[in-house]
Amino acid sequence: MFKNILKRKSSREIAKDRLKILLISDRVNCSPEMMEMIKNDIAKVISKYMKIDTKSMEIQITKTGSKGRNMKNPTLYANIPILDLKQ
Amino acid sequence: MGEVIVVTSGKGGVGKTTTTANVGTGLAAMGKKVILIDTDIGLRNLDVVMGLESRIVYNLVDVVEGNCRIKQALVRDKRYPTLFLLPSAQTRDKSAVNPAQMVKMINHLRDQFDYIILDCPAGIEQGFQNAIAGADRALVVTTPEVSAIRDADRIIGLLEANEMQKIDLIINRIRYDMIKRGDMMSSDDVVDILSIPLLGLVPDDENVVIATNQGEPLVGSNTLAGQAYQNICYRVNGKDVPFLDFERGISFWTKISGIFHRS
Repeated sequence: MFKNILKRKSSREIAKDRLKILLISDRVNCSPEMMEMIKNDIAKVISKYMKIDTKSMEIQITKTGSKGRNMKNPTLYANIPILDLKQ
Repeated sequence: MGEVIVVTSGKGGVGKTTTTANVGTGLAAMGKKVILIDTDIGLRNLDVVMGLESRIVYNLVDVVEGNCRIKQALVRDKRYPTLFLLPSAQTRDKSAVNPAQMVKMINHLRDQFDYIILDCPAGIEQGFQNAIAGADRALVVTTPEVSAIRDADRIIGLLEANEMQKIDLIINRIRYDMIKRGDMMSSDDVVDILSIPLLGLVPDDENVVIATNQGEPLVGSNTLAGQAYQNICYRVNGKDVPFLDFERGISFWTKISGIFHRS
């Protein structure tokens, strides 16, 4: 029983993680599934030109408006590790 | 010129009305001239929380429709002569008032009061639009729960889209014993997620229920919630009060129990 407690994520962490994912899609009105599709399509296109690490790539939509969390200008960030730059 | 503050949350039952009553009463106790406006048409509650339900003659809809003058509809508080309530109508619905009428009424009240505090209904429909229409700043009330935080985030988005000048956060019903066990998000977690400035932390305190039963706001009393609301009032009034130990939950008892938990 004690091991279980140590292994298990606290409900506080679960709540925080769930909210973070939920609010990203709430704020940009874009579902997690669609984010995954965008990610796969980006990976496909970039892969034509160079070898990338598709497993650890990340995409994120953030709002970098003038007033902190203003949602007027959402921006798509992609973090794509390049494994090999093919010619 | 008075400052117009809307107390809102999105989700119902997180403590908007309690916050409105306590912040209003606390500011009046500091000598400010305060009017509380209940904008929840059809589901009025602020009057019972304030203990003024038996003194109501006219209401918000009567004022807007011109059935009476504003002065006639105002209910003076039992304890503080500079505190007034403009009750909502119980037998009408949200569509009885529109945002333009609210703005007109609020602008009329601005030069008579230091603070005009609007208690917003739950939801994001017309009642919400009415409440935020004339406001200069917003206090967003939430609890450390997933559903309340999600709704608060949506509300903050809407307030920003409506170009609200200043948006601050109040986290209500915090249970430090649960945070300690890892079963409740801490105030830092909530601020991190919502990313707006923190104005107040209110512990979950049974005295709030007792005070509501009696119809007397507990701000300033010798209770945890009473002190927390007092500090919120100072901060609303522009005084930079540090978040005290009890607001962070570091009481004598948690210190003692913390020693045992560590082993």
